[in-house]
Amino acid sequence: MIIYGVALLSVCTLTGITIGQVLGKLIGIPANVGGVGIAMILLILAGSYLQKRGYLNLKTEQGIEFWSAIYIPVVVAMAAKQNVLGALTGGPMAITAGVSAVVLSFALVPVLDRMGADKQQAPDDAPATGHSTNNNNNHAQTSTGQ
Amino acid sequence: MYESMLEVSAKYSLVTGFAVIGATMWFSYWASGKFTNGRVHGSAIAIMLGLFMAYLGGVFSGGQKGVVDLPLLSGIGILGGTMLRDFAIVATGFGVNIEELKRAGSAGVMALVMGIVTSFVAGVGIAAAFGYTDAVSMTTIGAGAITYIVGPVTGAAIGASSEVMALSIAAGLVKSILVMIATPFVAPYIGLNNSRTAVIFGGLMGTSSGVAAGLAATDPKLVPYGCLTAAFYTALGCLLGPSLLYIVIRGIAG
Repeated sequence: MIIYGVALLSVCTLTGITIGQVLGKLIGIPANVGGVGIAMILLILAGSYLQKRGYLNLKTEQGIEFWSAIYIPVVVAMAAKQNVLGALTGGPMAITAGVSAVVLSFALVPVLDRMGADKQQAPDDAPATGHSTNNNNNHAQTSTGQ
Repeated sequence: MYESMLEVSAKYSLVTGFAVIGATMWFSYWASGKFTNGRVHGSAIAIMLGLFMAYLGGVFSGGQKGVVDLPLLSGIGILGGTMLRDFAIVATGFGVNIEELKRAGSAGVMALVMGIVTSFVAGVGIAAAFGYTDAVSMTTIGAGAITYIVGPVTGAAIGASSEVMALSIAAGLVKSILVMIATPFVAPYIGLNNSRTAVIFGGLMGTSSGVAAGLAATDPKLVPYGCLTAAFYTALGCLLGPSLLYIVIRGIAG
């Protein structure tokens, strides 16, 4: 049933965000520590576990895939509620500070990519987007790399 | 007539949000094919359109929440709010290849640290250039360049003035909006087309809304990888801002 997928997604989201919240409290900072990331990992692990056992049928998966597909519209809605006026009227200092942070970070993406690639070489030659057939290869390379 | 519409849209706010955003998406994908031959993603156009509507919303209402401050469109606030955003981001993780994630793990951690330091240094440098030379103001504005949450959190912890806090929020807003707009155009030049660079990108930029929208407009397949690292960025910034980073700046500025 579709609701099983939605419920699985909900439980993973709530658990992850709660863990993030507790971590923040423990460290003493008023922010969620990686809640979304933890939730995502929970979903990946739970999903692959259930898939192996054959508990995930097409309908259940659709319950998750719907929300994954609704992601872009959600992001558009999120864009529509940003304080754009506040950003534009923040003055030249705020704009320059924001812009330079972004420009520097963009420039660092290829730098960091290359730094790591030197260490573990080969696997980056293949375009790495979800080819499960590569899995055995990757296994061998990660284990030799460490 | 207007009153009835207002009543319905208030009662059915989320449904109104679906309709308005759906229409925006349809128009954007149509414009993408018609005017750019698909070169500019429909989602990129939709996000820019959303930001433009947010700007108009701010101008007309004087509020801080974009179109959400317009009574007819308040439902967009639910659709684009933290709850559904995080829910949808987690859902994108369903297609993630865990081996790829493991391989990019260490690069992601390094990107997080470097991203925070880089943005902070950029913010501090610009603050100093504009004449904010005391340690508290420089740290707060630098923290704002990390994200618009880290700015006020840090400022409050080290006792910054409300004017400086407002500036730090504005710097963070500029960052997150610029990431949303610029990412799809910059992506080809920085190799942002695989899971590994997406993890690095998420760690370097860190603004969750910026990364979420920027990657969505570039390639939706990359979203979970970038958002996963970005999820740790603000927290790490809040941790380092009022502590280590402030101490370093205080040591330099005296």
